[in-house]
Amino acid sequence: MEKSEIISDCKVVIIGGSAGSLNALMQILPELRPLKDFSIVIVLHRKNTDDQTLEDLLSLKANVEVKPVEDKVPLLPGFIYVAPSNYHLLFEKENILALDTSEKINYSRPSIDVSFESAAEIYGTSLVGILLSGSNTDGTEGLKAIKAHGGTVVVQNPLAADMPFMPNNAILYAEPDFILNNHEILKLIISINS
Amino acid sequence: MIEDIELETLINDVYEYYGFDFGSYSRASLKRRVNRIFHLDGFTHFHEFLSRVRYDPEYYKRMVDEITVNVTEMFRDPAFYRVLRNEILPLLGTKPFIRLWHAGCSTGEEVYSMAIMLKEAGLLHKSIIYATDINATVLETAKKGIFPLRMMKEYSENYRDAGGLEDFSSYYIANYGIAKFNEELGEKMVFSQHNLVSDTSFNEFDMILCRNVLIYFDNDLQKRVINLFDESLAVLGFLALGTKETIKYSISPTKYKQFEKEKIWRKVK
Repeated sequence: MEKSEIISDCKVVIIGGSAGSLNALMQILPELRPLKDFSIVIVLHRKNTDDQTLEDLLSLKANVEVKPVEDKVPLLPGFIYVAPSNYHLLFEKENILALDTSEKINYSRPSIDVSFESAAEIYGTSLVGILLSGSNTDGTEGLKAIKAHGGTVVVQNPLAADMPFMPNNAILYAEPDFILNNHEILKLIISINS
Repeated sequence: MIEDIELETLINDVYEYYGFDFGSYSRASLKRRVNRIFHLDGFTHFHEFLSRVRYDPEYYKRMVDEITVNVTEMFRDPAFYRVLRNEILPLLGTKPFIRLWHAGCSTGEEVYSMAIMLKEAGLLHKSIIYATDINATVLETAKKGIFPLRMMKEYSENYRDAGGLEDFSSYYIANYGIAKFNEELGEKMVFSQHNLVSDTSFNEFDMILCRNVLIYFDNDLQKRVINLFDESLAVLGFLALGTKETIKYSISPTKYKQFEKEKIWRKVK
């Protein structure tokens, strides 16, 4: 863990999760402070047919505004964005979000790897990637890409995760800078850019 | 991973050698697709890949087929099809003859979904469905009306969620892992190659469907394509896009009225 606890010059915090990750978010999101010059992007495995339920739930719980994601919307600091169901979420230059309906990756669309890799390429050292609970391997390759581009890699402590498989897999292969429980993840996000 | 500059070189060379312009495609997705084919076909150096594309037209064709996204499904977004069934088709049904265009139809799953809806509304006999794509290979698949049998469970759930009341399996014959859809559904379909980037309008339509195609284009090209649709749409005709796409940055809002919450707009003047 060579990174310092204080993260500065962060533009995007991207959070990925699968089974059990919603519980963690329900603990973290209601306690957020206004985001200082960065955005949060959330990529969760979800049912293809879920049109808006997840966005509505996160909107209700988070004390930071959740902006709807449509094709080519600008990614603005201070807001939360959620990857829509049945699309991969990608990042374009100049802070623009893009969508893609190509093949599922790791049986998932949205896939966490796809969004993490895309964000890593655009945001490099200004990116923090956080991987939460889940029971498949999605996210690990993405965290490796974030690491390779100089970003900060955070994995939920498997002991704090409802489904420890996904964080464990990431710890094995992605060399996280931090392994944190939910409360520590919250503290880290609040401390960003301050 | 290929570099940004390499991607731009490829785009330039493809335009120079083959006249096809990927310049207005969204870079994030295009780069992923090019990376995918690059690795899939076992290249290790970009210059090898580039010269193969340049000098081997067959390989160029394969590359285009592979970098354009051809993932589609039947009755994707059932809520959309419910509005189509309950609100749009009754309006279209008042016309003596219904012309539809599926732009970027890929392997045809949505075209067959539409044919099923039209049939159930008693309108298929007086409809004609033009279905186009830039990719000739997917059009060959679409013409056959043959889809993987393993997808039928999901499609039949989508169909039911879309308000379908029939036994979905009555629309196809299952055989050795494939589902062959009834020929009656295909009788009113016309498939042809059409490039939204460079081709012009070819008819006037009562409804144009182009779902999850514009997401691969940049804003300028989106604007051009929406204007192409506008030119091709009869007054009081409908334009349907994907659930995360919009026309609002491309065309005057006074010309089109959005249909409820769905991504369906009616041309009002």
